[in-house]
Formats: sequence, C-alpha cells, structure tokens
Amino acid sequence: MTFRDAINLALADEMEADPSVFVFGLDVDDHKRIFGSTRGLVEKFGPSRCFGTPLCEEALTGIALGAAVEGLKPVLVHIRTDFLLLGTNQIINMISCLRYLSGGKLAAPLVIRAVIGRGWGQAAQHSKSLHGMFAHIPGLKVVLPGRPQDAYTLLRGAIQDPDPVIFLEHRWLYDVDGPVEKDRPASLALNGSEVLQEGDAITIVTTSWMSVEALKAAEVLGRSGVHLEVVAVKVAAPLEVERIVASVRKTGRCIVADYDWTFCGFSSELAAQISEACFHELKSPVRRLGFAHAPCPGTRPLENLFYPSAVQIIRETEKILGLSAMDLSGESFYTYEENFRGPF
Amino acid sequence: MKNPSTEEALRVYEKLSLARLCEEKIREIYHLNELKTPVHLGVGAEAIGVGIHHATVSEGAKYFGTYRNHTIFLAATRNPHAFFAELFGKVTGSCKGKGGSMHLMSPEDGLVATSAVVATTIPVAVGCALAQQYRNSQALAVVFFGDGAMEEGVFWESLNFACLKRLPVLFVCEDNQLAIHSPIGNRQGFRSVENSLGSFDLAYSSGEGRDVFDVMNQTTTIVDRMRRDKQPGFLHLSYFRFLEHVGIGEDFTAGYRKKPLAKELDAWDPILIARERLSRMGVQSNEVEALEGKIRQNINSAVEQSRRDPFPPPEELMADVLARKMP
Repeated sequence: MTFRDAINLALADEMEADPSVFVFGLDVDDHKRIFGSTRGLVEKFGPSRCFGTPLCEEALTGIALGAAVEGLKPVLVHIRTDFLLLGTNQIINMISCLRYLSGGKLAAPLVIRAVIGRGWGQAAQHSKSLHGMFAHIPGLKVVLPGRPQDAYTLLRGAIQDPDPVIFLEHRWLYDVDGPVEKDRPASLALNGSEVLQEGDAITIVTTSWMSVEALKAAEVLGRSGVHLEVVAVKVAAPLEVERIVASVRKTGRCIVADYDWTFCGFSSELAAQISEACFHELKSPVRRLGFAHAPCPGTRPLENLFYPSAVQIIRETEKILGLSAMDLSGESFYTYEENFRGPF
Repeated sequence: MKNPSTEEALRVYEKLSLARLCEEKIREIYHLNELKTPVHLGVGAEAIGVGIHHATVSEGAKYFGTYRNHTIFLAATRNPHAFFAELFGKVTGSCKGKGGSMHLMSPEDGLVATSAVVATTIPVAVGCALAQQYRNSQALAVVFFGDGAMEEGVFWESLNFACLKRLPVLFVCEDNQLAIHSPIGNRQGFRSVENSLGSFDLAYSSGEGRDVFDVMNQTTTIVDRMRRDKQPGFLHLSYFRFLEHVGIGEDFTAGYRKKPLAKELDAWDPILIARERLSRMGVQSNEVEALEGKIRQNINSAVEQSRRDPFPPPEELMADVLARKMP
C-alpha cells in the first residue's frame, strides 16, 4: 500500500469508528483530494464530515479548537506546512496551552495534517517542515511518519490522542509503497522511534524523508563493509530518546540527519540529548546534517545544495571513520524526476 | 419592551452587583500586592455580560470571552471564591492559579474559554457553534470581544465562516471606542460597523449596553431572529470604560480622553441605572442595600478564604501540559 493510501485508509477507518471525527480544510473535497489522501471521504461520510473551506487558516485552526473542546475530533488539513503557519497564533497561543491554562478542565484533541513540499521549484513558501519549531512548544505533539505503516498507525493514533497533534507528511513519501497491517495498536507512545536498519559503524538518526536517504547511504556503504544503523524519529514531541541512546551507546558514533534547518533546530536538540546521555561512549562528536541555512531555493542546482542527502551521509561517514572518499559515480541515488513531475 | 418581574430583576441585579463589588474589592486591596495578575476591570461594562448571560443561559449557551472577563465569569459561576482564589494564584482558583485574571474560565458553568490575545476566542466560539450544528444541538455559542477585535483578520475570517455555514453563534461587540489607549478614529478605516457587516448573512442589532434590562431585551430579540432565520447574530453594544485599560486606576489625565462630567458618568453607570429601574418597580432602597451587604459579606469571606488557601504544589508545574504527564 502506498503512503497516500495509508493516510486515506486511516482517515476512513477513524471516521467509520468514531462519528465525532471530521476532516476539513481548503480543497479536501475537490477533484484532487489533497494528492488523493482524502479520496472517497465526502462520498462515504457526507459533506458535514468532510468539507472544503474558505481561505481562512487562522479561523479554521480556532474552529478546530472550538469543535475539539466540544468533544468532536477535527482533522484540519493543509496542503503545505507553509500555509499552516497562518494558524500559528491559534496553535501556539490557544491550542497548546488551553489544557494548562484551564487547570486541566479543557482538552484539545485535534489533528492538523500538513504536507511538506519539495522539488519542481517549490521554493521558499512550499517546502517547510518546521517540526522542530512545533516541538519547541509545550503542549503539542509532533508526528513525522516515514513509511506507509507509520502513516496508517500514527494517523489513527493521532486522531485518537487526547492532545493536539501536528502531523507532517512529506510529499515524496506519498508514492512510497510498503506493507500496512491494520491491526497494530494505534498509539503514539509505542512508536516514538524505530530502528530501520541495524549496523555497528555509526548511528544515523533520521526524520521524515531523511530515512529514505539514510537507508540508501547504508546500502551503498554496506557493500564496502561499513554498516550504518538507521534510527527514524517518528514522534518529535514528546521525544523519546531511549532507542536512539541505546543505539549510539552501541555504535559510539552518531550523525543526526534531520529534514529541517540545523540552526536552533530539532537536530540541535537531538545532538544535545544524545551527547549528554552518551558522553562516555561517544568516540567522536555527534554530527548534524540538515537544510542549508537559507530559504529554500526554487532552481534545481541550488536545491541540490540546500537539502541533505544520501551522498552527504556517505561523505560525513567517511570523514568520521577516516576513510577515503568512495567513487559514487556508478551509484543511482534518488532523483525526484523519476517519480515526480510536479507541478505540486 | 418586556419587563422582568421584580424577583427576576433582583436576581439580575444581584449578578450585576456581584461583578461591580468584586472589582471594587480588587481596587481596594490591589496595593497589597497579593493579586499578582494584570487586571482589566469591567467597570461600566457589567450590563452587557450580565444581561446577555441572563437572557441566554436557559438556552444552554456556551460563552467565550476576552481578558476583560470578570463580569462574565462571575455571572456564569456566581462564585467569588473561585474568582479571588484564581487572582491570588491559589490552587483552589478556577484554573488552579495557572490562568489568573486574563484566563478566568469555568467550562462546567458554560464559560468555556477566555483569552488575552485579542480576537483569539472568536474562531473558537465559531468552532463550538459548528459542533452544535454537527450534533443537531440547539445550544448557542456567545462570544464577547471589543471594538479593537474588529480590526483583526481572524474576526472577518470567523464571521465569514459562521455566515457561510449559518452557525448558531452570537458575536457580541462590547464597544468602548478604545483599544488600550487608542481611540477608534485612529484605528478604523470604516465608518459604520452596521454598513461594514451589511452584506453578511446575519442578524444585526446595535444599541447601548448600559441598562441591563434593555440588554436582556435586545439579546432575546436577536436570538429569536437567529433561531428564525438560522443564521449567526451580531449584537453591537456601546458602553463607557470608567477605568484604565489594565490596572485599577482612572486615567482621565493621561491625555488620550477627557473626563466626562459627573452627571455624564452617572448616566453610563449600569449599577445606578439598574437601581433606578428597581426603584421604579417599587423595590425599596434598603432592600437593595441589604442585598449588596450580603454580597459584600460573601466577597469578604471569599477573599479571606483565598488568602488562606494554598498555592499549587510544585508538581502542578508539569501537570496538564499534556493529558498524560511527561517525565
């Protein structure tokens, strides 16, 4: 099942299971259905449970809160994280702190889905992830599914969760295929992070699309006998570092490959926590890879420099281990043109 | 105009007086520095909160307010202890002391949320109304905001959404012509609220917010129109802010507004107006004084109790950040 279909199935299954779940946002019921992720919902559940909206992201975010406080389970959808930012006043000033400010009397069980864009010239306003920024705010949960199973299990878990959840889906993951078991327990806490591949050389901690890049790097390096351990963070907040710490204690080395800016970013938090917990086991400092500290450029050659990649992971690994640079000319790395011709 | 019975009028006056006397108590003891919370007093605005609450509470209404929320909190809860304990920062306060004056809320009494960032509860009230429609409930959402909130984008976004979806939400603009210290003429590029709202599908009504019984009538009328036409309502009520934006003082010497004559001030005082109305109904002034004496006594014991109450224990710092406490 593709990631897109897993999202779609999770929504349909939750709507089926709980009549208080509804899905809304710009274009959730148009002919494109948010890249197919809201396909079939309005037909099956009707326009009161799946509806498109006026262009008013801040109000929509507050409306989700009001409905959640009244006991409904809203799923608000933004086709880009960048558009979600119009709702940050509600997210940060209201949603994140209402339970606390009310002395525990109010809850905001809502989900805000947003799609992280990339490629085909998405540029600075169609490409943000910002999971670190949201994880910075107490009272929010932040989820970064990486595989179809995560998309299904974590979205169901997010909808059932008693707290507000920001759910960030990478656009390129939509076409990724993988097995989906429907009967896994839908709980956020069970799945904070996951070891995607075992190894002994270096622990690569990944978020979102960086799992794909890290697994590719592991495959290439594995052929020359360097075995990376890849640990994906699926829930950025609340962050559970036990699996990561256990892995770094084993390998003694770590690269955080985060899908966001590094400066004051989620990678900084991971690096700090790992360094504090593994100070005596670390054989070299924790390294960080992420976006260049610039707005995302539109043009392809600069985009290639902006984003972290499998190649960067390989080169960083070689540096840490004191290996000479491999010849990568025969390797086939992910290039979106093979799968994604835009426009969006 | 419908006139309330003497009994009902006295019940209304009791709530009006509770709001005024609680705020007078705050003004009396604020200098002791025990109430470490920014207070936005509603002296002059009491008729709006009390009148609207009284006229809609039987409809199962849910209320949303601003930082100038003392009146609606006391009208909804009639609990001066939960009120003062919150201002004292005590664990017995309505929000365990974590909210303070700007976040007095009591969902169990219908006051769902209040907020310190202008206009932020407006879309939340619209979401509450959406939930009522979703469930075919007859309950109403009522949201209070000031004239300054009409300059915020989210006000227009929320209004548009509510009108489009024909939601049962009553927007209440408490218009004192001031946003902090900026008069309306320095802020608004439109001349008439009514004309600006003219093409929205809603029931509109404007009037004065100084006579609590008149506010009750205006509210009943507009809620009837909302029910009949299945659309939101907008009640635009004027009042005079007697005190400074935040704090306990008058600020007529600050230069941004003139002090009205004593006679003019009296004419905007909801308490004096209500007393006059009661007197015309034949209620004796000693009866009113006795009622006020009882309220004062309740307030005094609420303040004393709040002083004795404990602050939240240290574990409250991390409680209620999320549903389950995180390590």
